Amino acid sequence: MAALPHSTPYDESQLLAICERFKHEPGPLLQVLHAVQDCLGHVPTEAVPRIAEALNLSRAEIHGVISFYHYFRQRPVGRHVLQICRAESCQAMGSRTLESHAQESLGIDFHETSADGQFTLLPVYCLGNCACSPSVRIADATFGHVDCAAFDRLIADLSADSEGDA
Amino acid sequence: MAQHKIFVPRDTTSCALGAESLAERLGQLIAVDGLPLQLVRNGSRGLYWLEPLLEIDDGESRWAYGPLCESKLEELVAARFWENPGAHPSCLGKTEDIPYLRDQQRITFARVGVIDPLSVAAYREAGGFRGLDKALTMQAADIVAEIRDSGLRGRGGAAFPTGIKWQTVLDTPAPQKYVVCNADEGDSGTYSDRMLMEGDPMALIEGMIIAGLAVGADRGYIYLREEYPLTRLLLDEALEAARREGYLGERICDSDHDFEIELRLGAGAYICGEETAMLESLEGKRGEVRAKPPLPAVAGLFAQPSIINNVISLASVPGILADGAVEYQAYGVGRSRGTLPFQLAGNLRQAGLVELAFGNTLRSLLEDFGAGSRSGRPLRAVQVGGPLGAYLPESQWDTPLDYEAFQAIGAMLGHGGIVAFDDTVDMSLQARFSMEFCALESCGKCTPCRIGSTRGVELIDRIRDGREIEQNTALLLELCDTMEHGSLCAMGGLTPYPVRSAVRYFSADFEPGAGNT
Repeated sequence: MAALPHSTPYDESQLLAICERFKHEPGPLLQVLHAVQDCLGHVPTEAVPRIAEALNLSRAEIHGVISFYHYFRQRPVGRHVLQICRAESCQAMGSRTLESHAQESLGIDFHETSADGQFTLLPVYCLGNCACSPSVRIADATFGHVDCAAFDRLIADLSADSEGDA
Repeated sequence: MAQHKIFVPRDTTSCALGAESLAERLGQLIAVDGLPLQLVRNGSRGLYWLEPLLEIDDGESRWAYGPLCESKLEELVAARFWENPGAHPSCLGKTEDIPYLRDQQRITFARVGVIDPLSVAAYREAGGFRGLDKALTMQAADIVAEIRDSGLRGRGGAAFPTGIKWQTVLDTPAPQKYVVCNADEGDSGTYSDRMLMEGDPMALIEGMIIAGLAVGADRGYIYLREEYPLTRLLLDEALEAARREGYLGERICDSDHDFEIELRLGAGAYICGEETAMLESLEGKRGEVRAKPPLPAVAGLFAQPSIINNVISLASVPGILADGAVEYQAYGVGRSRGTLPFQLAGNLRQAGLVELAFGNTLRSLLEDFGAGSRSGRPLRAVQVGGPLGAYLPESQWDTPLDYEAFQAIGAMLGHGGIVAFDDTVDMSLQARFSMEFCALESCGKCTPCRIGSTRGVELIDRIRDGREIEQNTALLLELCDTMEHGSLCAMGGLTPYPVRSAVRYFSADFEPGAGNT
């Protein structure tokens, strides 16, 4: 597949600058991984040995940390990352129905990206928005009372934005 | 012309319900029409079914309007509602007279939703930093004694006496000590940490500074979950404001003490709310639980003595110092002193934050405050204390809300999250989710949690399929015992609570033809 529209090409100097920025702080690995993912959208496989070298850690340690945390990912994601809360408060307000609806309407499972590179669907366990469940997060915006119809409206708005950008 | 202050919350849930676009529209109207109004972004009052809630201050009282959409706002502005704020027909009255708020005991949340959270001046004016002023004149041991005497217990869920933790750190000599705030509020149905950090972050900052003075630590960390992006933004701004005003950095408040706070982000791992896993994560490692001893108070972050407290515990500290332990002690029952901010969530009409002294009942929260289910159907099960808390049927709803009373019925108050389900809930499916969640989030260090949770999912699947229900249920309960007694931490140790409670109180949902598909 061609590079996804939003993904930023891997740039080693950028990566080394991030490592340089954090390496003198105590226990800096998570901060480095956050900065890399903020910058590139994911933590590319080829970045792992570079980070290991810069922080004086083993590649296994870096891999261990990346794979431990749900948030860090090693593959590019779609233009829009949709997180659907699967936790109890949202379950009580119909999130199981919402999950199936989202998967069916986008034609993807959790952790997958739609064929057009527009949407990546991820589960999340609580957004602290439990007073208006079910909740969905898109980038840094959290939405409440998201039933299937509200979800469709969110998708339509995002799709319209994407077309406007193209 | 006199300016009226107008408050529109900047809080995750308020914004999820439209507060951001409302504030934007109001800002435009003020600018374009030159209205005599000053827009203030506050935290949320926690009356979430009324959000976005707009308040207008007439100099004496604050009047509430909500839930407000842009067209209603334009109507209000057209009617020049600020000229007589309480008179407009859509006014809900004075905010503080709304029964949901009036009937609470807001101590820790006294300022949340009231002041501009990013203004040090507003915080001071509302009584902030009185505790710190006092602490700066006290001996470290006296600060610790004040906290111990207040009876404050950790509000993160485990309810360990805060004063004892602090005493241990104080008594352990070390070149470097730390104050770590656990802001990894991962329990479903809980959001009080988030509200506090968004609505009154200075209280947390003040609490951490006092903790530093109490044990001789000059460095603090806030471990915030990644799922709270707006909280991060607001906390960053609040820390910067506190730094500008000399509350953080070298020689704080012109004293001989230094104190600095760094905000670090989690990365979507529930287990990092467990204190030792959080320490590992702060150190940049996999969030694997540590065996205790040593206690973190003796060898915590970077192997140094560390205070680890939840957001609400730390934010309770300034008030205790300012008004004294006796005042705080006066609230609550038995060994549960003070107040707990309960968070009503799930299927409730009036979901929101209810801070009350310990001792009320769950029923009162669900009915008097929550006003019953949002769906209109009868409530059937209520999970208290997050994903590791028990599901309680109506027969248990009169249990007093205090730590010991809940423990006595095999449940826990935890961090105060209350998630209500109506009668469409399938409790065998909920039990399955508890095991599934444990399997997903287990750090993997101990066997009962890592393997037990997966076997638990399989057993519940067999029961739901109607296969050898009796034997498999017995095996499931035996597995629960193994997990409870053999796990290293509360993740595997408490997952049996929701599972067992589902089996015990809702056995019909585990029988053949219970509606499982």
